[in-house]
Amino acid sequence: MLLQQLVNGVTLGAVYTLLALSFSIVMGILGILNLAIAELFMIGGYLGFAVITANLSLPVAVAAGMAGAAAISAVIEKIGYEPLRDAPLVTPMLSTLGFSIILQNIATNVWGSDPLQLPDEFLGGRITFGSVSIGELQLIVIGVTIALVAVMAYVVQRTSMGRALRAVAENRDVARLLGVSGSRITLTAFMMSGALAGAAGVLIAIHYAAITPYVGVEIGLKAIAVMVIGGTSQIWGALLAGPLIGIAEVLTVAYGGSQIRDFVVYGFMIAILLFRPQGLLGGSGADQGQRV
Amino acid sequence: MSTYTAGLLADVGILTLGALSVYIILATGQLSLGNAGFMAIGAYLSSYLTVIAGVPLTSALLIAATVSGTIGVVIGFPALRLKGIFLAMATLGFGEMVRSLFLNLDITGGAGGFHGMAHISVGYVWIWVGLILLLVWLMESSRIWLEMRAVADDETAANLIGLNTTMTKIGAFGMSAAVAAVSGGLFAHHHVYIEPGNFGFERSIDFVLAVILGGSTIGAGSLVGAALLVLLPEQLRALDDWRPAAFGALLIIVLLIRRQGILDRRLLRRLVPHKQTA
Amino acid sequence: MNKPLLQLSDVTKSFGGIKALSGLCCEVRQGQIVGVIGPNGAGKTTLFNVITGAYRANSGEVFLDRQPITHWRPYRIARAGAVRTFQNIRLFSSMTVWEHLLVAQPGQGAWWRRALPTNWADGAAVARAEEVLEFFGLQEVRHQSARSLSYGTQRKVEMARALTASPRMLLLDEPVAGMNHDEAEDIRRLMLRLRDGGLTILLIEHDMGFVMNLCDYLYVLDFGVLIAKGLPGEIQADPIVMDAYLGKEA
Repeated sequence: MLLQQLVNGVTLGAVYTLLALSFSIVMGILGILNLAIAELFMIGGYLGFAVITANLSLPVAVAAGMAGAAAISAVIEKIGYEPLRDAPLVTPMLSTLGFSIILQNIATNVWGSDPLQLPDEFLGGRITFGSVSIGELQLIVIGVTIALVAVMAYVVQRTSMGRALRAVAENRDVARLLGVSGSRITLTAFMMSGALAGAAGVLIAIHYAAITPYVGVEIGLKAIAVMVIGGTSQIWGALLAGPLIGIAEVLTVAYGGSQIRDFVVYGFMIAILLFRPQGLLGGSGADQGQRV
Repeated sequence: MSTYTAGLLADVGILTLGALSVYIILATGQLSLGNAGFMAIGAYLSSYLTVIAGVPLTSALLIAATVSGTIGVVIGFPALRLKGIFLAMATLGFGEMVRSLFLNLDITGGAGGFHGMAHISVGYVWIWVGLILLLVWLMESSRIWLEMRAVADDETAANLIGLNTTMTKIGAFGMSAAVAAVSGGLFAHHHVYIEPGNFGFERSIDFVLAVILGGSTIGAGSLVGAALLVLLPEQLRALDDWRPAAFGALLIIVLLIRRQGILDRRLLRRLVPHKQTA
Repeated sequence: MNKPLLQLSDVTKSFGGIKALSGLCCEVRQGQIVGVIGPNGAGKTTLFNVITGAYRANSGEVFLDRQPITHWRPYRIARAGAVRTFQNIRLFSSMTVWEHLLVAQPGQGAWWRRALPTNWADGAAVARAEEVLEFFGLQEVRHQSARSLSYGTQRKVEMARALTASPRMLLLDEPVAGMNHDEAEDIRRLMLRLRDGGLTILLIEHDMGFVMNLCDYLYVLDFGVLIAKGLPGEIQADPIVMDAYLGKEA
């Protein structure tokens, strides 16, 4: 049923939104694509899973996922980004790729490559509105996402840390002159994006009631498309594009078959890159300086 | 030579070509995370031609390379307006789209894969590898290669001395696509069975790993990297479960302490007797 | 009278609300050395960027040998004969001096010659590079990485690179900035030799002494507007020009 699909799409979209924001933070502030985010997402999922099956509550699970991912992200920043800060952007990007490979390998060795299923007693009930039913867990996913995005928005717009982040995003050198410590900001950016990715991982584990080591490559990478579609440094863009792509994907699977969903999602991304690179919610294609 | 060793050597050759395809693009300063897509096009097209259309293998490979190269040029026009990270993302998307396409293409077997190709020998693989390595080696001393490096070093300055940097990048993209297609065609005919899963993101990453580790400033570096990726795990059996992590770590280490990769011009000169040009 | 090689007609360039160039009209005749001077931020480099196509003028036209090049892409303008150097040197970081001279010959020679090893397939390119190398006296450093050279030599390499592209007009952006007197003299003599060989030169420079001794004609910019033009002697005595410079230094 269409409405049911929409609900599923929005839930998936919520996860995409968080991940897109995660990619966005590093992209906007540092100008690089942090490919490790997809695997931090996956690791967060496993950590949350472990907490849930240890009979601890959901908030603890989300916190664990966020904390674990943020910690690993800090390590990545120190070893893989800091020393390469002045290299051409491709270099630190490849470094994050190295970390993503390591993280995925660790996961397959520690937890195995088969999916881990969430036992039934954790699944929670469903709430029915007329012809549509929505799982309690799905509501939680959407709710947590909204909460986290609100916190993010608050931090970025209202706190001094947020101002510093935006300053560095605008112009790193000027920010340094103004006394904003570039390396502390970078660490913060990495950890924030790690935390969001970790939270997204716990949520996807809840949504699908399962976790696999491949969820990073299968779902995480698509969040890059969501980021591009929404507009690379736009919080509202991610909020809009997440559910949009989630719904598009779910509908494609329902009516077109699961095989072409990647084609649709990435096709959309490439179309945006070519015809409206600032994303759906990005400003007008501004007067660029150099034409070369 | 045992079948097993022959298989390994063939894989080294096939990966060398894949790595070279990334090397060519990297020479213009761009990174492609989707060359497995062109490999897939080469694999499926050449296999279709030999199995269904009865075209002889070498012609099939040449046709597949030309078609793939043309596709590369055609998508290069819009794609290469994007720079750096955005181009990398677009190529990632492209690779995934191609894989998804072949998952759905029934005439080439869809998810079930395609088979029926005649098996080719290691020797045949390496004839192609040798020829393409030679071609790249010749090009590296040419002005076109200098133009590619100029684009990588400073695209603006390159434009302002009259280089049509768009054409340079598109040309490199097309050549890269053609070489990746040959890699795919050889892969298909050596392994005699292909399926879309062979050409996913992980494959594109393997190409990138091979170039970055083996040497990103010289064509022979791709060979070194391919050999490393294929042969090293054989020597370190105990590491088997941790093979990907080991290479991930190696990638990070190389980027930190020897960014150009294992092989570079200076090292090559020391290893090989070299005539100084006057 | 020599014909005008470069003409600007009422050129305006704005960035957002800021007018970097306003209604600029000027012309450079073939075989002249023309200087563009003015205080910092006057718009001189913007002028170069507009002429060479890096920026597109908001209004007005730029003509190269009577041909409107206002909307042309940068590489096309360079091939049409207008090649520039940069205020902060932009050499190719991975290349040697020799490689710089080889690569700066776009569109010359058959494409297949460019695709094969230069040493045995493209004698013409090698000869041209050799010619320019000698002219600038850079033979000793030909195989050195451009990055490793002294500042003065780097500036020479940049000029040499621009010259190798066989321009009709060379646009030099502060060619002697940061040089000592001898180095600057060297450059000045090179420029005179180039002019005698038929090259037209447009240059931006701060060093008044250098400019006075060299240019046939001067344009003075301030805040993107042409405030004076004429022979060097006239400009030197012009109170408006004095004002503009002194006003800034105050």
